[in-house]
Amino acid sequence: MSASALSSHDGPPVDYLTNGTTIRSWLLTTDHKRIGILYMVSITFFYLIGATFAGLIRLELMTPKGDLFSSPDAYNTAFTMHGVVMIFFFLVPSIPAVLGNFLLPLMIGAKDLAFPKINLLSWYLYIIGGAMGLWIMASGGVDTGWTFYTPLSSLYSKTHVVGAACAVFVAGFSSILTGLNFLVTTHTMRAPGMTWYRIPLFVWSMYATSLIQVLGTPVLAISVVLVGLENFFGVGVFDPRLGGDPILFQHLFWFYSHPAVYIMVLPGFAVVSEVIPCFSRRPIFGYKFVALSSVAIAVFGFLVWGHHLFVSGQSMYAGAVFSILSFMVAIPSSIKVFNWTATMYKGSIRFDAPMLYCLAFIGLFMMGGVTGLMVASLAIDVHVHDTYFIISHFHYIMVGGTVSAYLGGIHFWWPKMTGRTYSEFWARLAAILDFVGFNLTFFPQYVLGYLGMPRRYFEYRPEFQVLNVLSTAGATVLAIGMVMPMVYLLLSLRGPKNAGPNPWGATGLEWHTDSPPTTFNFVEPVVVTCDPYLYSPEEAEREYEHAQHDVVA
Amino acid sequence: MWNFSLWPEQAATIAPKVDALVIFEIGVSAFFIVMFGLVILGFCIHYRRGNPVDRSNPPVNSRIGEVLWFVVAIAICGTMYAWATRLFFEEYTPTPGASRIDVVGKQWMWYVQHPEGRSETNELHVPIGRPFKLNMTSQDVVHSFFIPSFRLKQDVVPGMYTGYSFTPSKVGVYDLFCAEYCGTNHSRMIGHVYVMEPEDYEAWLAEKGGGPSQADEGERLFVRNHCAGCHRGSQIVHAPRLEGVYGKPVPIQVGSEVHFEIADETYIRDSILMPKDKVVAGYEPIMPSFKDQISEQDLLKIIAYIKSLANREVSQ
Repeated sequence: MSASALSSHDGPPVDYLTNGTTIRSWLLTTDHKRIGILYMVSITFFYLIGATFAGLIRLELMTPKGDLFSSPDAYNTAFTMHGVVMIFFFLVPSIPAVLGNFLLPLMIGAKDLAFPKINLLSWYLYIIGGAMGLWIMASGGVDTGWTFYTPLSSLYSKTHVVGAACAVFVAGFSSILTGLNFLVTTHTMRAPGMTWYRIPLFVWSMYATSLIQVLGTPVLAISVVLVGLENFFGVGVFDPRLGGDPILFQHLFWFYSHPAVYIMVLPGFAVVSEVIPCFSRRPIFGYKFVALSSVAIAVFGFLVWGHHLFVSGQSMYAGAVFSILSFMVAIPSSIKVFNWTATMYKGSIRFDAPMLYCLAFIGLFMMGGVTGLMVASLAIDVHVHDTYFIISHFHYIMVGGTVSAYLGGIHFWWPKMTGRTYSEFWARLAAILDFVGFNLTFFPQYVLGYLGMPRRYFEYRPEFQVLNVLSTAGATVLAIGMVMPMVYLLLSLRGPKNAGPNPWGATGLEWHTDSPPTTFNFVEPVVVTCDPYLYSPEEAEREYEHAQHDVVA
Repeated sequence: MWNFSLWPEQAATIAPKVDALVIFEIGVSAFFIVMFGLVILGFCIHYRRGNPVDRSNPPVNSRIGEVLWFVVAIAICGTMYAWATRLFFEEYTPTPGASRIDVVGKQWMWYVQHPEGRSETNELHVPIGRPFKLNMTSQDVVHSFFIPSFRLKQDVVPGMYTGYSFTPSKVGVYDLFCAEYCGTNHSRMIGHVYVMEPEDYEAWLAEKGGGPSQADEGERLFVRNHCAGCHRGSQIVHAPRLEGVYGKPVPIQVGSEVHFEIADETYIRDSILMPKDKVVAGYEPIMPSFKDQISEQDLLKIIAYIKSLANREVSQ
């Protein structure tokens, strides 16, 4: 994508990182790039908390008897907090709030998001929700599972369910505001010449994600309010003794929480669709199919919540309808995999760390996807529902998919965000360790699930131990792979800002400005004159040959 | 610890059918993962930077390719869907002549009531080859009655009856798990399913001296709770007789119209606990509610008694 953005100027312009260095200048910033960084720091903090809980869970499950945790309640609290923190405070905001915030205006040639102050507000809402979450954790946590099923949550749990629900409620508004901001920005602030079919696929996916955030999150908020009304005022909504229906809660909960899965994974598609063309040095295959399949997933995503209720007591016929809709959502996803694969055909492929993460994403996402077909199959879901098969299935999508893509994206745009380069060797090693460790952790869980080990079990039958030990061993490898980037990325910050505007030779407007960008992104007005992803594999080969030749000479 | 297999046992007639579907889906999945894996690996090797191969005119789209892939995906999903949905309906449609076993879940145990009168906790004894239908409810939170070797589970929900059908096919002892998280001792809400030879089962039923059947117990409760006073043809109170009601459509007065509803377990349960909700056409809403006065176990016995009246005529 060519643009007349980069121009000669007198003296180095102040980049967004050095434009004000006080804490106040960060906490009151309305610069979308700084807010992206604020999000990155805060979600990393919550990620570490969530990962600690995961580590404790895996350690406990090394033996069939409960021995690490003092009581079943402590274990139940640990897996609940793991789920709540990872989903609401890490995965949902991860790619949209960090990379989306940072990149969306840059990619469409805008100075900032449409509502910069609302953008800052959404970060504060996230922090308020997060602080409430931490306070609840410190005062004993919640033990209902992240799904908060009634009447366990409303009548039987003695922990801080309402507090946790409030934390999720507040954090939800952060998500709604971010989505709203992205939608308005994409509609109104595109640079001249940036037509809808010239928008980078990253922005298309963010757009689809934002649609779900704006339309789905309010339903979660409504369910939370209803739980509160029932608890405090005795309004019968979910409690059968008050004339309510416990399954109604499950419907409302999954009406948000299933689309939320797409809030988490669509941004992963966003990153992969940028990285694969860049490192294959050729245009994306089937741009329109990739772009529109994101929107199709967002729409279908709203119609499949009932597949969480196949064995909950909903009607058989409802099950049959939700099953076929769930199969239909698999089709646009498979079209994406098809197109990414085809994008590598006749490319000039480099294997830098971002590409390794994205290749891992494709493999793990496919595993999660095909097992998704199995759980969409009614008769199979009856057997594997609420077992480790499900745990494995959604971790393949959420961790294997989304976290791989998030890390790939962080590595790809790190030079843009910080102006620094990191150690390529360690980055590649971390990507490989993550892939190996992830599979070792979660593949045995498919087997465990089919054998019948239910999820959320503090103790289990001794015959499940070998597979659980394998899984815990894998988690150790995975943990090493996940900690490594934090070390070498932080170390890179001590180096000089020598990445240059475009270290990967990528197209896309964000690469046409300095690294790190100036506060207002572009020095001169941006005009877009051509399609995205105009890479040429043959040119890439010629350049590579020249470079090799120079080295030899 | 080392004594484990990688595939669960098949102890009900549905289990091999579910496994066949699973093996089909694993096969299709493995085929596509290996195919995509090999293609990606091939591209990575063949088109790696620096490898001198033809890279002219890389295609940027192919409508035929996309449509072809779309058709393949639809065909695969359609096959899986049709197969799985058929099996699912088989699991949840009761076999004609299936014996009903009642199950009540509560934190953190299972209570099982056989029609012949014997009850048990955290265990389920069934004979091989006979079809059964579970009729389940919960006294507190949502539980789930999961028998991995049968490939069957169903959530057990307070305030309603749920269930599934099965025919045991292999003698042995199998795991019974609660699969829906239900609080502190969720992982201890487990037990065993004993599939027995029919004659062993008969012996097991008679073990504790026989005792009254579930329906007889129900009749006793029917009288003790004063249901009989009105529903057995009282001269003073005008109440519907219950002979021949179970399983038949009942006329319900809704405003000025009459709707018909099948009198199944859920209907009878609701009529005992919330009698004013659905009033049979031609009767006054005068029955008191028995909410919080009859335990879930006793309710199931009364329902079993009313069910036993299904084929009886009203005797004047």
